[in-house]
Amino acid sequence: MLLAVFLSYTPILIAQDVKTLLKQVKDKYDKVNDYTADGKMKTNVLFIKAPIAQVKVYYKKPDKLKIRNEKGVSFIPKGSVNININNVLALDNYEAIDGGKEKVNGTECRVVKIFPISDDENITRATLHIDENQQVVIKSVISTKENGTYELVMSYKNYISYGLPDKAVLTFNTKEFKLPKGISIDYDNGTDKDKKDKEKQKKGKVEITYSKYSINKGVSDSVFAN
Amino acid sequence: MFFAILRIELFKIFKRPRTFISFGAIAIIVLLVQLALKVNGKDFIELYTDSQSDTFYIPYDKMVNGYFVCVAVLHMILIHVPLLIALIAGDMISGEANLGTLRLLGSKPVTRTELILAKFSASSVYVILLLIWMAFLALFGSILLFGKGDLVVFKEMDWHQMNDYDVLWRFFAAFIFAALALTTIAAMAMMFSVFSENSLGPIVATVCVVIVFTIIQQLKVPMFEQTINPWSFTTHMLGWKGFFYVEKSADGTTIDGSIENPTALVRSAMILIGYIVLFLGVTIWYFRKKDILS
Amino acid sequence: MSPIITVSNLTKDFKEVKAVDNLSFQVNEGEVYGFLGQNGAGKSTTIRMLLSLIEPTSGEIEIFGLNLKAHRKEILKQTGAMIERPDLYKYLTAFENMKLFARLSSVKLKDATIKDQLAKVGLADRANSKVKTYSQGMKQRLGLACALVHNPGLLILDEPSNGLDPQGIADMRKMIQHLSKVEGKTLVVSSHLLSEMEMVADSMLIINKGRKVVEGSVSALLNPEKTEVELITHSANALSFIQNSNWNQFLNQAVGERICLEIDKKCIPVFNKELVENGIEVQSLRPLHSLEEYFLSQTKA
Repeated sequence: MLLAVFLSYTPILIAQDVKTLLKQVKDKYDKVNDYTADGKMKTNVLFIKAPIAQVKVYYKKPDKLKIRNEKGVSFIPKGSVNININNVLALDNYEAIDGGKEKVNGTECRVVKIFPISDDENITRATLHIDENQQVVIKSVISTKENGTYELVMSYKNYISYGLPDKAVLTFNTKEFKLPKGISIDYDNGTDKDKKDKEKQKKGKVEITYSKYSINKGVSDSVFAN
Repeated sequence: MFFAILRIELFKIFKRPRTFISFGAIAIIVLLVQLALKVNGKDFIELYTDSQSDTFYIPYDKMVNGYFVCVAVLHMILIHVPLLIALIAGDMISGEANLGTLRLLGSKPVTRTELILAKFSASSVYVILLLIWMAFLALFGSILLFGKGDLVVFKEMDWHQMNDYDVLWRFFAAFIFAALALTTIAAMAMMFSVFSENSLGPIVATVCVVIVFTIIQQLKVPMFEQTINPWSFTTHMLGWKGFFYVEKSADGTTIDGSIENPTALVRSAMILIGYIVLFLGVTIWYFRKKDILS
Repeated sequence: MSPIITVSNLTKDFKEVKAVDNLSFQVNEGEVYGFLGQNGAGKSTTIRMLLSLIEPTSGEIEIFGLNLKAHRKEILKQTGAMIERPDLYKYLTAFENMKLFARLSSVKLKDATIKDQLAKVGLADRANSKVKTYSQGMKQRLGLACALVHNPGLLILDEPSNGLDPQGIADMRKMIQHLSKVEGKTLVVSSHLLSEMEMVADSMLIINKGRKVVEGSVSALLNPEKTEVELITHSANALSFIQNSNWNQFLNQAVGERICLEIDKKCIPVFNKELVENGIEVQSLRPLHSLEEYFLSQTKA
């Protein structure tokens, strides 16, 4: 009986625990009102061949984020800006379930599954892997209505006290790219045949290595305007 | 003696008003493309990026820079330049026959081989000058109008992006390759020219051959892709584009200064050189034994 | 006089047509050599073979004592030519054309020299006009100037008077005579203007259907010991008189009132006397000795 009671109450108890954990994480992130950071962005998308880009990342509470390549051209995945952990932590009405523990890149993490209750949210489901000791999110998998699923893996070092990563790797769904026939006559250097085999590989990856965070020094709203 | 004839041939080419039609036509086309991209650059890029605009932010303004415009110009006009080359090279021998001056040349103390080589070299110089003119307008003109920046080139299944400091050498290499490709056209037009006694025939024949092989190439039918296309000069003439296709490392980022599959480019260049030698060989062989009756 | 051109057994076949058939002739230094033949006789083909524009099917050509095939460059350096219409580069000026042909002949001339040469053919004041603005006569003179630009020893002129007006023809004749008699050049001239050829040529070759008909000095060909004599008479018994006399052996042909005989020049007065004494009315009795008549008689045969 006791066991039955324990078992029936366990999720609620655990839900309360994970919400506390999420609150602790949110509080940590809340210490940062805004930041700017320099970063090196590597793009690994099947059809994009891009060099390492020097980017500048801007953040402003509660959920404004902008990645800009000040000098050159970069193709920033829309999800990396629209969908971030702050979107998840800023949710008011959600259910959280403890998904147990899992190791991510050698760090023991608590897995928290989050389901927004409101139908209006773009996020349909999120799974956060939280380092309970440091109270930071190591990995998040966020499913959205419009942009598919995004996976974000972060590693921390110098700015862990602010919950800011030194490196973030975003994995996202990509669509196949193929120019319509007749739009151009290409030079066939024999490499397209290999790509046809890899077409199924539809995940793209963007890796940003951060440096020079400038935290809580104020960021103008105009930065986030398109 | 060869250089004396070459100078004479160049003198003749650049004394003819028709030579400057090509230079004028290129200037007009380049300016029109530049104007179009200045006004509708975003729409032009959207043609290529439309399917990805949900997934990525496309920095249209930064992409429409001088380098991108120059590639677009080359893309659009290099396919049509053979006509302008044929206009001069196709007239090299048949035009003289038509004018009645071939018999004067043939009765001068120069060998027929020297004459053909000088005429071919003069056509090649014309090709190079036309390309320099094109480079001047399309590259430097576009840089002046649109500024510099990273270059993004769209291939059938890839986007190739290059840092701005890694672009200029590619243009020079591409122009050199384009010169080789267009010299192939000049050699072919001259070959047709030696068989004819009027200018129109070789010009039309050259353009027809280019059109036919380009259509075969565009059809992308396996039957042709495995037989004709690997050896068709129109396939390899597009090799200049290869200098704008970059190689990427294992982590997915591009390597500065790299070319995707340089072996294919070398092969294309060798095939084009092979065609030039073949066309020139046939021209010399036929012209040496040709009875000049015009 | 040493031979400048020696042609031996020259033949040219164009598919099934024999344009030149086993032709041999010789052109001596300093002479004007007339080259005669009807249209399609093979004159231009032969001239083009002399200039290596056409490859002979068989036969040998020696110019300046050198084989043309083996020493083409050396020979052409000393040869000037004007072939049919002198179609020069119309989009260039006379001066530019001259300079261009001088360079092609391995000669570098000063601008002043070119202008002098243009002055010799009366084109000094039009030296900087484009050739497309020239009249046919001016083009012809410029063509000759271009052929002479490198001061060749041998000049080959194919129909040099073609398209010229009477004054132009006379000017061309004077130039040919000047080049031969004053400058000592050897000239091969083909023309269909027979009276002109009669006036300028020292020797001549008549060809018909690619074959040599006759070759020799003009004086010898036009003033032979025996000549064809044409008698025009209204007398109906003229032919029977001749046929019944010793003159019958000299009778060539008789058509209507025209009777031709080939007799010794010295016998013409005797023949005339006999005709009159026998009551035959002589309307005309004359030797056929003009080049035109000679040419027609030879080529008809």
